[in-house]
Amino acid sequence: MIEVSGFLGYAVFFLSLAGIYGILALGLNVQWGFTGLFNIGIAGFFAVGAYTAAILTTPPSASHLGGYGLPFLAGAGAAMLLSGLLAVAIGLITLNLRTDYLAIATIGIAEIVRLVFKNEAWLTNGVRGIPGISRPWDAGALGYLGVIVAALLLVYLAIERARRSPWGRVLRAIRENEPAAEAAGKNIFRFRLEAFVFGSMIMGLGGALYAHFVGFISPEAFEPLYGTFLIWVMLIAGGSGNNRGALLGAFLIWLVWSATEIFTSRLPAELVTQAGALRVLLIGLLLQVILLLRPEGLLPEHQPKVKPAPQSKE
Amino acid sequence: MVLADYLQLLSYGIILGSILTLGAIGVSLIFGILGFAHFAHGDLMAVGAYAALTVVVGLNWPIWAAFPFALAATAVVSLVIDQTLYRRLRRTAPVILLISSFGMALILRSVIQLVWGSQDRVYESGIQLPILIGGVAIRPNHIIIVGGSIVLVALLHVFLRHTRMGKAMRAMSDNVDLARISGIDTERVIIWTWILGGALAAAAGIFLAMETRLHPTMGWHMLLPIFAAAILGGIGRPYGAIAGGMVIGIAQEMSTAFWSPAYKPAIAFGLMVLMLIIRPTGLVGARR
Repeated sequence: MIEVSGFLGYAVFFLSLAGIYGILALGLNVQWGFTGLFNIGIAGFFAVGAYTAAILTTPPSASHLGGYGLPFLAGAGAAMLLSGLLAVAIGLITLNLRTDYLAIATIGIAEIVRLVFKNEAWLTNGVRGIPGISRPWDAGALGYLGVIVAALLLVYLAIERARRSPWGRVLRAIRENEPAAEAAGKNIFRFRLEAFVFGSMIMGLGGALYAHFVGFISPEAFEPLYGTFLIWVMLIAGGSGNNRGALLGAFLIWLVWSATEIFTSRLPAELVTQAGALRVLLIGLLLQVILLLRPEGLLPEHQPKVKPAPQSKE
Repeated sequence: MVLADYLQLLSYGIILGSILTLGAIGVSLIFGILGFAHFAHGDLMAVGAYAALTVVVGLNWPIWAAFPFALAATAVVSLVIDQTLYRRLRRTAPVILLISSFGMALILRSVIQLVWGSQDRVYESGIQLPILIGGVAIRPNHIIIVGGSIVLVALLHVFLRHTRMGKAMRAMSDNVDLARISGIDTERVIIWTWILGGALAAAAGIFLAMETRLHPTMGWHMLLPIFAAAILGGIGRPYGAIAGGMVIGIAQEMSTAFWSPAYKPAIAFGLMVLMLIIRPTGLVGARR
């Protein structure tokens, strides 16, 4: 077991979180980037994944449900399963309605998930949170970074494969022109539901990885800001629809977010309490600038080359 | 619990319902005319509440005198946001506006926090003595909130029914293209939509602050019940928002007789989901 410290330690910490955010951004890319599904309740799926993994893998405790002591992979699998089930429930109700309804429903479910985890102390120990979530296989910080990177790679390869598959093409067809996709005989609702559940399961996996990374989770960590807003900025900045864009966005925005922390921590003492608000303001403005100047993101989605149809003479 | 306790909860429900109605009308108007769910609307309410606080603290005026200034200031803020940001994004898909307004919600909230700090505030300290009517305690503020909301809704009704601009707004809400080819200046309609939406949001925010307290996240927490009210009433239908606001407000307060008050937002959400399953077009019937 190698323990790292100092600058290297910070780099490992930084990259681990960047990797987890990368997984969340990829999950959102399946929903929004490919299919055009507007999920602003990422924090809800993220939290369900994190709490599932925490409850299943921690040793017995009198203060919350748990004590199953299951291995890491079982916890992560269950996290994906439960996030997926939650997505099925929401999707069945909202996916054949307008995008706006899905957006409102997801923000509602994220808020309710947070309320349940905050108030049902028997389940989650309430605001005091669940401590003592250990890293798997006695891994050190560096070893666990390896686990995160491996998971990120797996997710990336799976999504990239899905994107190139006929399934991925149908998703994009639905996003671009729903009536045309329907006329081609595609079951729009089923494809949407599949994409929504697939993306949500990836977010659940991100939650499980996060729980084992920080070792302690409480409802505070799943406020809409960290759980949802940052990931949206990451995907839009990187380029929605492009998996490499999602990863680049996750890395860059996490860099900007971390850099503003270094900057604001040097502010005079009377301003430090305001630092959080200042950072949110900066990221919010950054999003608006991106939307105005480069809405397609740094790495735009590849448009497949289509042979131009022969021009008819009129 | 005896009957008077339920009536007390009902009175709280009507107060909350009045506040939600004012917010939901704005959301519904904006949705009807611009075609997107305005996620910064809750935080626009907070802007109105803090604008009033600025006048109350800065000029030492009573809250009723600060009221019109806060409404005007919030209308200007929403107009500036629209003209500098949303107007440029309107050419793209409506969903981009949705993302932008989500970011705007966080911008507004952090600006409020930077200017006013994150501690709780009130307009005037001290306790108002309640009047007991049939075992139900009613404070003077409650009468102001419900009465003020009725007046504002009545004014809006007159505006929508009897002015040229009001009629143009309803026409554009029904069908943008038809409104445009019949010569309606759609940009002017949009400007008036933001003025009305912003002013009503400010009134809702001030009433909410009078009933509870001011806090930078006060508006964000109202977003879900406001949307639930707008959807319940049929989004895009300002008149439905009145019914939706009252149903959500009363249901949220009455639920505290049976459930932990912590789950109040869940009640709003549950009703909204029920509505989406049974009748997605809302109580009054709306466009899909």
